[in-house]
Amino acid sequence: MAKQILGLSEVNGSLVVYRNVEDVSNEEMVQIALSDGSIRNGRVVQIEGDTVIVQVFEGVLGLSKTNSKTKLLGHPMEIALSKEVLGRTFSGSGRPIDGLGPVYAEKFADINGKPLNPVAREYPKNYISTGISAIDGLNTLIRGQKLPIFSGSGLPHDKLAVQIVRQAQLSGDDADNFAIVFGAMGVKNDVADFFKKSFEETGVMEKVCMFVNLSNDTIIERIVTPHCALTTAEYLAYECGMHVLVILTDMTSYCEALREFSSSKGEIPGRKGYPGYLYSDLATIYERAGIIKGGKGSVTQIPILTMPNDDITNPVPDLTGYITEGQIVLDRSMHLNGIYPPISPLSSLSRLMKDGIGEGYTRKDHQDVANQLFASYAKVVDARSLASVIGEDELSDTDKRYIEFGKLFESVFIGQGFSAKRSVNETLNLGWALLSTLPKSELDRLDGELIKANYDPEHARHTIELALKGE
Amino acid sequence: MENVIYSINGPVVTVKDTSDFSMMEQVYVGHKRLMGEVIGITDARTTIQVYESTTGLKPGEPVEGSGMLLSATLGPGILTNIFDGIERPLNKLLEIDGAFISEGQSLTALDSEKKWETKILKKEGDKVKGGEIFATCPETPLIEHRSMIPPQVNGEVIEAKGDGAYTAFETLLKVKDETGVVHDIALSQKWPIKTPRPIKEREMISIPLITGQRVIDTTFPIAKGGAAAVPGGFGAGKTMLQHQIAKWCDADIIVYVGCGERGNEMTQVLEEFSSLVDPKTGNLLLDRTTLIANTSNMPVAAREASIYTGITLAEYYRDMGYHVAIMADSTSRWAEALREISGRLEEMPAEEGFPAYLPSRIAQFYERAGYVKTLNDTEGSVTIIGAVSPQGGDFSEPVTQNTKRFVRSFWALDKSLAYARHYPAVNWNESYSEYMDDLSDWYYQNIAHDYSKLRSEMVAILHDETELNEIVKLIGADVLPEDQKLTLEIARVVRVGFLQQNAFHPDDTYVPMEKQYKMLKVISYLYAQSKKLVAKHIPVSLIQKTGIFEDLIKIKYDIPNNNIALLDTYFDKIDTALASIE
Repeated sequence: MAKQILGLSEVNGSLVVYRNVEDVSNEEMVQIALSDGSIRNGRVVQIEGDTVIVQVFEGVLGLSKTNSKTKLLGHPMEIALSKEVLGRTFSGSGRPIDGLGPVYAEKFADINGKPLNPVAREYPKNYISTGISAIDGLNTLIRGQKLPIFSGSGLPHDKLAVQIVRQAQLSGDDADNFAIVFGAMGVKNDVADFFKKSFEETGVMEKVCMFVNLSNDTIIERIVTPHCALTTAEYLAYECGMHVLVILTDMTSYCEALREFSSSKGEIPGRKGYPGYLYSDLATIYERAGIIKGGKGSVTQIPILTMPNDDITNPVPDLTGYITEGQIVLDRSMHLNGIYPPISPLSSLSRLMKDGIGEGYTRKDHQDVANQLFASYAKVVDARSLASVIGEDELSDTDKRYIEFGKLFESVFIGQGFSAKRSVNETLNLGWALLSTLPKSELDRLDGELIKANYDPEHARHTIELALKGE
Repeated sequence: MENVIYSINGPVVTVKDTSDFSMMEQVYVGHKRLMGEVIGITDARTTIQVYESTTGLKPGEPVEGSGMLLSATLGPGILTNIFDGIERPLNKLLEIDGAFISEGQSLTALDSEKKWETKILKKEGDKVKGGEIFATCPETPLIEHRSMIPPQVNGEVIEAKGDGAYTAFETLLKVKDETGVVHDIALSQKWPIKTPRPIKEREMISIPLITGQRVIDTTFPIAKGGAAAVPGGFGAGKTMLQHQIAKWCDADIIVYVGCGERGNEMTQVLEEFSSLVDPKTGNLLLDRTTLIANTSNMPVAAREASIYTGITLAEYYRDMGYHVAIMADSTSRWAEALREISGRLEEMPAEEGFPAYLPSRIAQFYERAGYVKTLNDTEGSVTIIGAVSPQGGDFSEPVTQNTKRFVRSFWALDKSLAYARHYPAVNWNESYSEYMDDLSDWYYQNIAHDYSKLRSEMVAILHDETELNEIVKLIGADVLPEDQKLTLEIARVVRVGFLQQNAFHPDDTYVPMEKQYKMLKVISYLYAQSKKLVAKHIPVSLIQKTGIFEDLIKIKYDIPNNNIALLDTYFDKIDTALASIE
């Protein structure tokens, strides 16, 4: 079955070209044995008659035209799966790197997966309580959702991801049935260590499966890392019935790896040099979140990406935003003002929120409170831009109230700190308390009944002070 | 000689030295018989795009032609169903293939077992023309399916079955044409998706498509048979607006194409439409809907086909004499699929890597909209509402710009409005509708004589506000003269009370034209009356204190759709409130 090819014809970037090869299939795996005894893995990416182009995961360093023997393995890239993968650490292409030996596989699965039939999907409706007001209250995370964190270099996205993991995993009856798949693409060693240490401190390490491709590992391996992570996640969710949270960081490195690979293949670039198929490619990653009808488990994704130069219109965040179900955007100026988590209220969004909150899920008034907070905060932004022109003193009384509201909203509601955990009830009560600092006539998104029941400026001060002390 | 695969590059494969294939022919590729389409023929090579994943394909595997252009199957059973981009029924796929879609499943679009209670309208000896209706059957409780003689067939019926229950594929008529060829005619027929279906003639556009969304119906209307584009960055609410229109617009049939979008969204449409009841007919919304779901992770070539499949289904129902609205979400993903395939073919790119033929493809698509007289002399229409997802929210990119040239309603969604949770986030300064003039007669006769006048007044107020806001940004609102303050206040009422609409509120999600008109009328009355007070040097702040502005803003929630007459009491309310000042 396995045929050997002696030597190779051409090396170009991370791609190797062979000529006069027969009976090779698209995306087939190959194994390259060097004369020094080392073994490298590769994958067929293009076939032109009897010419075959192969990408090499471990890089092409030291390959010559004659010093290798290449074996065709006859199957596409597969990964070994079993429940044992929890607690283990793998390289970006799924090779164990924790010294515990290979995984005893229940099954092997193609890492590309297959598209999920839309009819087979269950529409996600159960919210995940993260204990973070800016998320639970304004951008609720739903089980089975893909909600990325848009961040920039130097912003505390890793910290936020860890806080979500720590505070979310304890809720519900499914606490035992919880798993985390962590895919690191092109991150620094310290970042990978930070996550590892945090998982250990939280005591969830035996529930975590890590795929680590560091920034000095090869880009070809980086390209398969999220696919390996998600294949594992799908196995745990759909075949073992677990609720899996997938954290992928950093998607920008992934896209840059894809760009590098594409240009070495000589493809026509689209925007900012990224390949034209970047959207489709990202979709094959992000769309692998969800719930299958009648199944027990779920895959929830929190991909993290750093926006180059904090530019949200860069192709990576832009295309991500078109595929994912919302985004959590971190704001640098809030971060500089010492607010943690610096979640920008206006540009963040959770698309699945509307169906996962309200009566029977969180609380009846949830949507209304959230809408009013958004609308009021939008006016804060207007008032601030006016103040920057004419000075705060010249503002109308209402605008001054808004400036005041804005400060409280950012410092109390959003800036809750790394250790605070608030229930949805506490979050919504705090929301009402903040709204009560505004004149009643300004609450134009709420109907009269709700205002009557909850608008209470007297009590508000007390609630806000408590929240301040709680931190 | 058998044709075999020579090269494979992503979804594109080539066959060497063959002259067996024709352009756009449907072919089967490899041992798994993957669906594909011929997209290029040169002397040395034939290029094929494959609609399924090519993983595992080998050079040397066979490629087999079908002798047919890539076609859609048209017949009863399309409604309430959900298909992928090449019209494979997803429910059926789920049954035989499980939750994940694998390759090489060729399935007929329609259920070949299901029998339809059919009434045959033609008998032996009748002369029939292409497009003529020869049989009807109840497809859903709401829609009667009218099966037509295929457009290319003319002749005499030489054999006809009687009324009864038949499947979509049984021969019901035999028609002999002038050349003596006998055609077998069944309830269903095939039609190549990239060819527009023939019509007798196009008619003038004169009737609006009522959507129940105020910002559309009143501010930027769309006509039946027209085309509209909804551009907007992510999170601006394109999909939400498309859902709202699909739910509430007064078309007979809805074709919803999810082209390269999220899987969960299609699930949502399916779930919502199977449970929502159309208030006008009391039937399920799904009874008039068909869905095409080619989500972003499904093969890219099938995404390109999904738009054509959708418009072909729409034209088929139009030919029966129905008014059809097709939602395409999103056309940018379709354009990107074109770009991706073009890149694989190593064609010379034009703007931003898009192929040079992008504008002509977009034009061909939007030109398939229209209000027509069909071959059987009924009237029908296809209205296209296409979402556009510009990269970076920048409307100057090629897909938005080219789309703008071929549509006459342009609903520009604005991120900053969406951030402030102003939905639908249609920006009133950037959007436009060229249908207003074509439709003014209809409004005059069916709504009210002064409707167009009120609308222009409202647009003028919004325009004034934009200009005044420039000044406010520099010096603050307090120093404006009183009449301008009033304009700002009224503009706020228009924005918050009229343009903003709550899709989750049972009454506000759909607003009949009569209520829209009366709301405008009340706001206009308040403006006129307050102007008089301001002329008497009464400050606007005093009018604000009466709370009448807030009352008007809440009309949308306070007046139920089934008691619009209550709105008439607001004229008195305004009079009383204003009188209390003097």
